[in-house]
Amino acid sequence: MDTHDAPPRKILIHRHSLAVRLTHWVNVLCLTFLLLSGLQIFMAHPALYWGQYGANNDPSVLSIGAEQDGNALRGVTRVGGLSFTTTGVLGVSNVDGVQRARTFPDWLTLPSYRDLATGRRWHFFFAWLLVINGFIYLLYGLFAGHFRRDLLPEGRELTPSHLGHEIADHARLRFPKGEAARRYNSLQKLAYIAVIFVLLPLMVATGLTMSPGMDAALPWLVDVFGGRQSARTLHFVAATLLVAFVIVHLAMVVLSGPFNNLRSMITGRYAITPEDQRS
Amino acid sequence: MTRLITRRGLLRASFAAAGGLVLAGCDQLDALSQNQNVTDVLQSAEWLTMKSQRALLGRDALAREFTEADMSPVFRSNGTSMPAGDAYARLVETSFSDWQLKVDGQVSQPLSLSLADLKAMPARTQITRHDCVEGWSAIGKWTGVPLAAILAKAQPTAAARYVVFHCADEYEPGSGAYYESIDFVDAYHPQTILAYGMNGNDLPIAHGAPLRLRVERQLGYKQAKYIMRVELVDSFARLGGGQGGFWPDRGYEWYAGI
Repeated sequence: MDTHDAPPRKILIHRHSLAVRLTHWVNVLCLTFLLLSGLQIFMAHPALYWGQYGANNDPSVLSIGAEQDGNALRGVTRVGGLSFTTTGVLGVSNVDGVQRARTFPDWLTLPSYRDLATGRRWHFFFAWLLVINGFIYLLYGLFAGHFRRDLLPEGRELTPSHLGHEIADHARLRFPKGEAARRYNSLQKLAYIAVIFVLLPLMVATGLTMSPGMDAALPWLVDVFGGRQSARTLHFVAATLLVAFVIVHLAMVVLSGPFNNLRSMITGRYAITPEDQRS
Repeated sequence: MTRLITRRGLLRASFAAAGGLVLAGCDQLDALSQNQNVTDVLQSAEWLTMKSQRALLGRDALAREFTEADMSPVFRSNGTSMPAGDAYARLVETSFSDWQLKVDGQVSQPLSLSLADLKAMPARTQITRHDCVEGWSAIGKWTGVPLAAILAKAQPTAAARYVVFHCADEYEPGSGAYYESIDFVDAYHPQTILAYGMNGNDLPIAHGAPLRLRVERQLGYKQAKYIMRVELVDSFARLGGGQGGFWPDRGYEWYAGI
């Protein structure tokens, strides 16, 4: 039989367990609502400080505002001593055809109009859901062997030459095939570990540090971050890094086969093409 | 293959649905934000927050106290900075010498206390961090009477559940006097004081003269300024919008520990 003209035979493997799939999509939902409502909350005082205190007269590390520039409004974002014009996106944006003083465009905040109380209500509801979902995932990951089996990199995966090789492959958009595609590659493992064990816990811990009640209950928490305002700033930095991760993550999903990736994250089944197909 | 096509069709349909949701997203989410059933579900998180924080806190865990070196160089004033109206203006003219704090409601001994009476009572000074719900913080020094000492004089009845603070300012003209309430866990907390001093001086008008509440384990909007009357109640259903405070009536959490 001539196999040369036949399309490569694909094998469907079971890639993601039900627990991983469910917690992943709950996480997507939570992070979406947390980001949009978090930006609403940030609009109430769009400045970040370092240390124990920080208000209008204190030096800020970042601030977003609007300044009158002749007849027009100019969006101004300051980072440390640097100042940028960010009209249209930060500080000033289009609301119903009119340029208005607004920290973020209205489509980026939940609700779209200014309402801190409602933003907080969404934020804390989904913060609880994120934490509960995270605990379920952590318990599953520990006890069902998911962390050890799927996320823990092997020693050889962490050698500079192996990592260099993978980075070069990623840059050329050459993704693993055959047996290697059954498992996460080491860049994936490292990125997921950073998000699961560093960024998301940092988000929760810095969030709790902003709570005056939690500061009285767990005073060491505020010491870890060097003050409530430092924790607030780190909350914003960690959120930005999470958004960066999601952008790269989505780009990788699209570039490495969106249909296959989505199917595996919804049904668990992932198609791999054996390398030795043509032999 | 039929199975795969069906699945592909399903995915396509969900993409289309998700796309539609994103397009209609802003309006839909705004409508959801204003829906009472959604609000009720979202507010269940507030109950969870209060229960879990209270379990972790216990009754007496103290808010962090700082040193003079940690104090904010400028302590921003927020909310009302000068109550409108003749009644308050007269109090200012006479340096609050005619001002009396009423303590009434569910108490066995209603009280009327002058500023001198309050200053003669046991005092507590604390340097604490004020956390505004908007996100900023400032550190200041407060001196005042522990609320517990006033409650000991007034003797709450068995029916009393909340302490309500009635204020001289109307934050939104026509809204009625600003008010706030706390329960007995916070009312008897050692750092809960009625402050008449700030940063070593008399409490400035912008910060609530002659008397304001400091309830340090909660957010800034609980720290009622310009207190005229302390009322003990069994429920706050009959007050304002029925949610226990000016800002809780406007959708903010009554328990402001986060």
